[in-house]
This record gives sequence, C-alpha cells and structure tokens, in this order.
Amino acid sequence: MSRTPLDTVEHAAATPDVELPWAELGLKKDEYERVVEILGRRPTGAELAMYSVMWSEHCSYKSSKVHLRQFGEKAPQSDALLVGIGENAGVVDVGQGYAVTFKVESHNHPSYVEPYQGAATGVGGIVRDIIAMGARPVAVVDPLRFGAADHPDTKRVLPGVVAGIGGYGNCLGLPNIGGEVVFDACYQGNPLVNAGAIGVMRHEDIHLAKASGAGNKVILYGARTGGDGIGGASILASETFDDAKPSKRPAVQVGDPFQEKLLIECTLEAFKEKLVVGIQDLGAAGLSCATSELASNGSGGMRVTLDDVPLRDSTLSPEEILMSESQERMCAVVEPEKVDRFLEICDKWDVIATVIGEVTDGDRLEIYWHGGKIVDVDPRTVAHDGPVYERPYARPSWQDELQADDANKLPRPGTSAELRQQVLQLVSSPNQASKKWITSQYDHFVQGNTVLAQPEDSGMIRIDEETGLGVAIATDGNGRYAKLDPYAGAQLALSEAYRNVATTGAKPLAVSDCLNFGSPEDPAVMWQFAEAIRGLADACQQLGTPVTGGNVSLYNQTGEVAIHPTPVVAVLGVIDDVARRTPVAFQEEGQLLYLLGDTREEFGGSAWSQVVHDHLGGLPPKVDLERERLLAEILISASRDGMIDSAHDLSDGGLIQAVVESALLGGKGARLIVPDGLDAFTLLFSESAGRAVVAVPRSEELRFNDMCGARGLPATRIGVVDGDSVELQGEFELPLEELRTAHEETIPALLK
Amino acid sequence: MTARIGVVTFPGSLDDRDTQRAIRLAGAEPVALWHKDKDLHQVDAVVLPGGFSYGDYLRAGAISRFSPVMETVIEQAKAGLPVLGICNGFQILTEAHLLPGGMLGNDHLHFICRDQKLRVENADTAWTVDYTSGQEIHIPLKNMDGRYVADEYTLDKLEAEGRVVFRYLARDGVANERGNPNGSLRDIAGITNEAGNVVGLMPHPEHAVEPLIGSGRTDGLPFFTSILKKLVNA
Repeated sequence: MSRTPLDTVEHAAATPDVELPWAELGLKKDEYERVVEILGRRPTGAELAMYSVMWSEHCSYKSSKVHLRQFGEKAPQSDALLVGIGENAGVVDVGQGYAVTFKVESHNHPSYVEPYQGAATGVGGIVRDIIAMGARPVAVVDPLRFGAADHPDTKRVLPGVVAGIGGYGNCLGLPNIGGEVVFDACYQGNPLVNAGAIGVMRHEDIHLAKASGAGNKVILYGARTGGDGIGGASILASETFDDAKPSKRPAVQVGDPFQEKLLIECTLEAFKEKLVVGIQDLGAAGLSCATSELASNGSGGMRVTLDDVPLRDSTLSPEEILMSESQERMCAVVEPEKVDRFLEICDKWDVIATVIGEVTDGDRLEIYWHGGKIVDVDPRTVAHDGPVYERPYARPSWQDELQADDANKLPRPGTSAELRQQVLQLVSSPNQASKKWITSQYDHFVQGNTVLAQPEDSGMIRIDEETGLGVAIATDGNGRYAKLDPYAGAQLALSEAYRNVATTGAKPLAVSDCLNFGSPEDPAVMWQFAEAIRGLADACQQLGTPVTGGNVSLYNQTGEVAIHPTPVVAVLGVIDDVARRTPVAFQEEGQLLYLLGDTREEFGGSAWSQVVHDHLGGLPPKVDLERERLLAEILISASRDGMIDSAHDLSDGGLIQAVVESALLGGKGARLIVPDGLDAFTLLFSESAGRAVVAVPRSEELRFNDMCGARGLPATRIGVVDGDSVELQGEFELPLEELRTAHEETIPALLK
Repeated sequence: MTARIGVVTFPGSLDDRDTQRAIRLAGAEPVALWHKDKDLHQVDAVVLPGGFSYGDYLRAGAISRFSPVMETVIEQAKAGLPVLGICNGFQILTEAHLLPGGMLGNDHLHFICRDQKLRVENADTAWTVDYTSGQEIHIPLKNMDGRYVADEYTLDKLEAEGRVVFRYLARDGVANERGNPNGSLRDIAGITNEAGNVVGLMPHPEHAVEPLIGSGRTDGLPFFTSILKKLVNA
C-alpha cells in the first residue's frame, strides 16, 4: 500500500481543504478549529495525531485543570517538597540526604477491556514515571475497586487484574506492600485499577523531563514500537463505554515486564554515571507526549527523524508511530560526547537504543519522515496549551434526599445473639473479609527491605540499612462516604491514609491522589469532582501535607450510570528507625486495649449499613482534621517511646473489625467491655473518624495515659488482649477459629 | 580471610542484591558475577538467585542455563564447587542437569507468596550443616512455577539416598492451608546432588535473615553460615 503523496507540512499548506478524521481521533470540532488556528493552516496527519492524543482528557486534564489549580494555590508550606506537581512524579525530602518520589495513577478503562494486560501495563507505566525522576523503584501499591463480589463479571475482571499486577510487578522485583480492594455494584462496568509506586534516590540524583542544550542527542531506548495501544489515551481513557461502539481491545497495550526490568537497571546505571540531561518515559500518547514535553520543558526546540524509530511492525504509518503506546520505552537527552557510553550501557543490558533526533536552538518541534517534514509545531501548544474547559457543575437534585435518608435510623440489633450474628456477617462480608487470596499473589519480600506489607495499616520500606530510616505509604478512599458528601469524602480519604501512616509510627509528609469520577460532561459528576478537590486541597493545607502529583480518571461510567466519586488518596510518611514501627497484630496477652478518640453515633455510609441493610444514605462521619493531627502525634510518640506494642486504625467496619483483624493476625483474642457513655452497638460498629485502638503493655499504662491526658486526646480503656476468642462482656463470645473461618474463606469461595 | 561467595546476575534476576546482603550478614564476602562473564573470579561458592531470568520465557531457567557463566558453573560444580540455587536458581540448576527433575506451574495456577513452613530433611549438605535434621523452619516462598516433578524412579532414588533436603509443611494456626503450596511431588521443596555440594530449593532463605524484615524471622541465615563454616573449616 503506498501513501501518496506524503502529508508533509508543505503539502498541508497547499491542500487546505483535505478532510481529516479529527472526530474519529477523539477531537471535538472547536478543538480541531483551534489546532488550525494555532498552526495557521490545517494540520498534517501526523500533527493531528499528536494534538488529538495530547489534547485528550487523559493527557491534557482539560476538564479538571481549573479545579486542580487549588492543589498549588492552597499548598501548605513544606520544607519536605523538592519537586512538586507537573513533573513525572513529586519528590519529597525524607532526611539523611534521601529523597523519595511517589505517585498513584489509574489504568481503569484498559483493565475492564482486558484485565490482565490493562492492570499489568498500569504497573509498568507508574514504575517508569518513578525511574524517570532518577529514582530506584522500591515498592508498589494497588488500590482496586470492583463490581459486586458475587457478579459473574467480577470473576472475569478481578482474577485477571490481580494476575496482571502480580505477573508484571513480581517480575520487576518490586514488593507490593499496600493498597485496597473494595467491591461495590457501582463499579460493575467500571472497575478502578489504580497503581502507585515509590522510588528512592539521593537528592543530587533528581532528574527532570526537559531537553536542553542545542546539539544534545535524543535517544529512544527500550522496546521496539508496535501497533499496540494506539489512541489508548484519547479513545479508551477519555470516553464513556458504550455497547454500540466497536471493541476497544486493540487500544490496550501489551506489557513485557522482563523488558521493563532491563530498562530499570540500564537507566539507573546511566544515571549513576551522570550521562542523562533530561528524561521522559513513554506512556500515554507515546512519542507524541515524550517529544513535545521534553521539548517544551527545555530551552530549545527538537528535531526528530521518525524513520530511525525501531519498529516491531514495518508497516506502521508515521501517525501510528507517534500515537503508539507500546510499553517499556523511554526517551533520554544525552550530551553528544556521552552518547557512546550511554549506548554501551544499553548494549550491556541488551536494550535497544537509537538516536532519533537532537535538541536544536530553535523553538519548534520538527519531525521528519522519509525526508519530508511532517510535523512543525510549537511544542508548548501540544504539551501545555491544550483546551481548558470550565465545565458546568451543579449539586445534583438527589443529594438532599440521599443525605436525608439517615442511616442512624436503621433498625439495630435487639439481642446479644443478633449482635454476635452481625459481627460475623460484617467480618465475612466481601469488603471486610481477608484479602489474602489477592495479596498472596504479590511478592512482598523482594529487595529485602519490606518492614510492613498488607494487611498492615501502611506498607513500610527500609531505605537505609545502617540507620534504619524508612518510609511508609497508605492509600485510602471511601466512595460511599464521597457519594454522601464529596467534600467530606475526600477529606475522610486523606484523614484515613494520614492516620494509617501514623498508626504504623511514621510521620505523614506528602500526598498523591488518583481522582476517579464519572463523566465530566454531567454537571452532577462535575460538582462531585469540584467538591472533592476543594475538600482535599483544604484538608491538605490544614494538615500540612502538600499534594505532589497524581492523576485524574474521568469517564468512569457506563451509559448514564457513574461510579461513586472515588478520590483515592496516598499519604507518604517517614520513620527514623523502622525498628520502632507498630504492627497491627496483638503481640502479648495481658496488654491493655485503649480506644483513642471520640465515638459517636455515625453510621452513614458505614460498612454495617451496607452489609446488614444494603443501605447508603445520611451523612458520612464528621471530619476533624485537628483531631487527626493530634491522634497522629500521639501514635508516633507512643511508637517512638515504646508505649504501645500494636495499633490499628479504625475506619470502615469500626472497632470490631479492627479488633478482629488484630486478634487474627496475632493469634490472640481480646476481652472487651462497653465503656461508660456508649452502648455495645455503637462501640462496635460506629465509623467515627480520628480513632485508633492500641495495645499498651501494663508497665506503660501510666505513662501512656499521662501523655494522652496532657495532650487532650480521649483514651478509653476498653479491654485486654487475652484468650482464644473475641468477647464482649455480657454480650457474646466469638472463638478465633470461628472468626478466622468467617474472615478468610469469603474471597476464595467467591472466586472459586 | 573469609569466604568469597559469588552471586550471579542474569537479565531478570531479582534477588541478587538481597542474596549479597544475606551473605554479608553471615560474615562472608559477596562477589557479584555477571551472566556474560565466564570467569568466576576465584569465588569459593556460587549462588544462583531468584527472579525471572529472561522473563521465564520459553520455560523458567531454560535460557539462562545456556549463558556463558553457566558453562563454568556447571564444570566447577561437577568438580565440587558448592552451588546453591534459590527459586529461579533451582530452576536453572535442573535445566542445567546439575539436579534431577524439573519445575512445572503451580497446580492452582496462581503466583503464591507466603511464609512457608519447611522441615530440614538433610543437614549434611554444604548449605545445611548449621541446621539439624528434622528441624522445622519458616522461609518465605514466592513463585509461579514451583511444582517439583520427577519420575518415580528418580523420586525413589532421591529419597533412598537422603537427597531430599527440605519438605513443605502446613503452618500452625492457619485455616485450611495445605502444607504443600504448589503440588510438588512428595512435598519436595529442595534437593541436593549426590555429592551434596549442589543444593536447590524453591523458598527464599535470603528473605529470612533479619528479624525486622520480610517474614520477621532469621531461619534462612543458617544457609549462609553453613557454607561459611564449610569453606572456612575446609
């Protein structure tokens, strides 16, 4: 098949009336007209390809940008922030000369279409973001949301996603230390597959995505470019699923973790020898993104010869090469005299590397194909000057009714037998049950630095063997709370992740987020989005934890039905000595159980209301950020000074869920009493925020109480670690074996 | 002078650095070996670490077995050089015919990562003298293709000659767990060659060498102190 004549810049200028398939590539009419206006002529096919992917919702954040600004505007003063929003990932100072980079991204749409590859390449993409900052990746986490646990399609999606995450991450040698798994019918056609990664480097090793210095070479290295993932960002991630459209499978990329592992080692070796001026990974929008971002962030322009890109399929057109999202590729800018050494290192690791262009002293991005110039653009217009939408938003009419449907009025258990039964029902429900079936498919030992991994409150990695310096990460997000009140829901997500980090003894430092919502073209969804961002930005400001970067995933809806608004928040923390970490498991019989914080009658959006009554209504638990901060300080001090031996954050499922988990993990039971001022039901199931349960050695009780008293944190003694059962005095006794069966057999049985 | 123990890095090796750390913690000197380099640099013993060398493409260990470094490893192992293969390293040793049998995909078809209970069946190999026969230990296990298989004759011979070094056991207090995590024949987790210098096992002793890290136990450290004792006393 011949393509005559080649659609060069010259040809485009001479043939203004040629019709281009802008609509098929996902551009709106006014967006296409804007491209024509910028260029002063119609775009060439290759230019159209670039603009269409880079101006997609996924790459340009066109619907979210106006709201996301708040993360910058409200950013708290933080000495810890070394690199903020806008780079491949944010970078945080964790002391002793170490810097940590971390980020969470979504790979939702591809994972529904093709669960294994969708999830696998989600891990691959986030890991390349981390390498691109100059860091060695040290851990991954995976916040996941699936449809109803007993829905037949969940049996297709979940095992595929889990195998994909494991298949890719395990093969890269990255311990998987955290994340969540939540089931809810709202995610039926739109599972959320978010992937987070952490990397560690020395301060001086931070690298940025920019191409500077005329004459410097642009080197593409890694996998050959193929026809997979063409238009993944524009067509797949930026539109709503619709049965009427053709299958989207060809837009999903295929991953090769072995190639990525070589890419990691090869890149880190090149960094070590200081061979790299600028670097960018090839993810969404492939070469279009890498070249335009590198060029627009640098001081000059860039000239690229597309013929030099190594191909897997020689029949690819230049447009396809520019749009391909083939995985495991990176683009480095290298000074001419260092190119040979760079190529040598690539050769050592059997990684294909090719010089495809160079930095120029102009300000244009020029791309050539078969001798003709097919792209001549100002790279900023591609990478940064995409459309910005002020989408209309409005509080949905049903919000009042939803909030008026008070969960606190639901019928409560009337007898001890009923109370006991509901505890079993809760801990065996899919959302509260053990996720061991899933997490045992992830390697959490590799690299030999894992201090804590799921089901601990946060994952913790040692980063210095001598000093014991470590980092902790937790991800949380409760879509049910956010549906009831998106502003509070986002703040509760942050509160929980912050609390989870502190519960393990680490000091929360910074935030990354993955904001999963429905279609921005629906004003109700846009209102949820705006409220969630406002809530999160306000809360980050108050807690002093800046947002360092993240990802927005819109169009998570099928037809008219959007998912619950699901802001997933990741909090990164630091701990001076990992030997001081606090685990979830009960350690010793006889230790005293203290409930920290205030317990109120708060059941809106609770696990209890879902499991027992299949109900969602009312208001989520009250947000109290100052209380969260105080609780965190107490938990960190108590951990550092050896006043507590185990601790567990209280969140969905309330106190009883936390106690059962600590008991099962430690193989030791608990005897509980209902403290004055509370009833048994509220004690067990309330989801009031700002709480944790801790086990205090008797020798430390006085000191611990004094500390809480002096700081004004309510600490109520509720029992003791003891025996082979969980007992609530005067109400019920549940043998550990019965609890273990209930808690651990649910997920395997569902996925059998 | 302490013993020098080589750790080979193949493309796709993952636990090479962890293994070097374990060797260091045991008091020996780790030496990094590269798959393209035939020279073993006068090491006293070699560990083939875990990972997915060559992505486990074709068959786990099948490609690495032909790498330049393996030519020398095979030759010297036959002459008595102590060699330990962990997980992917065990797979490479069977592919290289230094150990009999082979590994298939786990019978449940999933990757499995857990703290695994084992019984030490043979405490006389170069890598197990610091254990006692019959000792029960916990070592992390993590693999996709961990199901040990061999023909009946080979299995009987291994048993008769005491060459089964480790067997899988069920952990206490874990609901409904099979001891055998992958369908390995006769619950075999690790074996040795006739001379006792070559040992391969699926679980990862290098992940059980520090009380705070990983499984939180140090049951894997004796692998590395065993070889050190063996080499220093030799």
